[in-house]
Amino acid sequence: MIVQALAFYLFAGILVVSALMVITARNPVHSVLFLILGFFNSAGLFVLLGAEFVAMIMVIVYVGAVAVLFLFVVMMLDISFADLRKGAMQYVPVGLLIAIVLLVELGMVYGSWVISPEAMERVAAQASAEIGNTESIGRVIYTQFFLPFQIAGLILFVAMIGAIVLTHRTRPGVRKQSVAEQHRRKVEDAMEIRKVTSGTGGF
Amino acid sequence: MDITLTHYLVLAALLFTIGVFGMFLNRKNVIVILMSVELMLLAVNINFVAFSSYLNDLTGQIFTLFILTVAAAEAAIGLAILVVFFRNRGSIAVDDISEMKG
Repeated sequence: MIVQALAFYLFAGILVVSALMVITARNPVHSVLFLILGFFNSAGLFVLLGAEFVAMIMVIVYVGAVAVLFLFVVMMLDISFADLRKGAMQYVPVGLLIAIVLLVELGMVYGSWVISPEAMERVAAQASAEIGNTESIGRVIYTQFFLPFQIAGLILFVAMIGAIVLTHRTRPGVRKQSVAEQHRRKVEDAMEIRKVTSGTGGF
Repeated sequence: MDITLTHYLVLAALLFTIGVFGMFLNRKNVIVILMSVELMLLAVNINFVAFSSYLNDLTGQIFTLFILTVAAAEAAIGLAILVVFFRNRGSIAVDDISEMKG
């Protein structure tokens, strides 16, 4: 029990500190790296909660895809990030105010709520102890949640096409092979027969 | 020393608040604003998985997968728009994004 508590405080502490570093780091590359650290620690918390599948997906999708995408864009764009920080401090008081109000509101909600006794009987997808977490998820995701699962795939597909369409550009002046153009070519376009008179060298 | 559901809820509340504050702190930098959005989604995910674990109901974890899907799609499209905008204007400052005069 004590080990679990220590692991929770370790993961939670690093997660909060790295989240703070994400928003305060001067260099956006450091922000992305702290974001990756935070994702790893949240995956640790998910393992602690017994959700191994979500933890692994977290590492694969967030660290392997989203964070690397961020890193790629941050490094690719040639921007002076110092200029972007100029004048940012003037919004700190109002931001702090809104953040504190939000935290107090969330604290009030958490201080007063109780789990309804009926909630335990209305479990939609019971987690079972005999089969593992991943297998339980696999059993419901292809039966009970089949339609949402397919729609999630469709959303990813649309996002992929959208990202390609947005960033793709046709560059003029690039030499490429065009088979249709090669087939359309006639003898007259490429060759000309001249009468050669002797003693002029052909011209 | 027992870790209860409330511990996780407090952690998620802290993360969400940090995400909201990050939006104000980096008001001009779209990339950090997108990262703040990711932090807020992570807070929501922690809430979902914590409730799922303590109520013994898998639905929360499955919903987390859908949030993950939407977060990945949002990041990909958002960064693609950012790259196209940078190509056209040579800047990513939020104040410059006023082409449509909305």
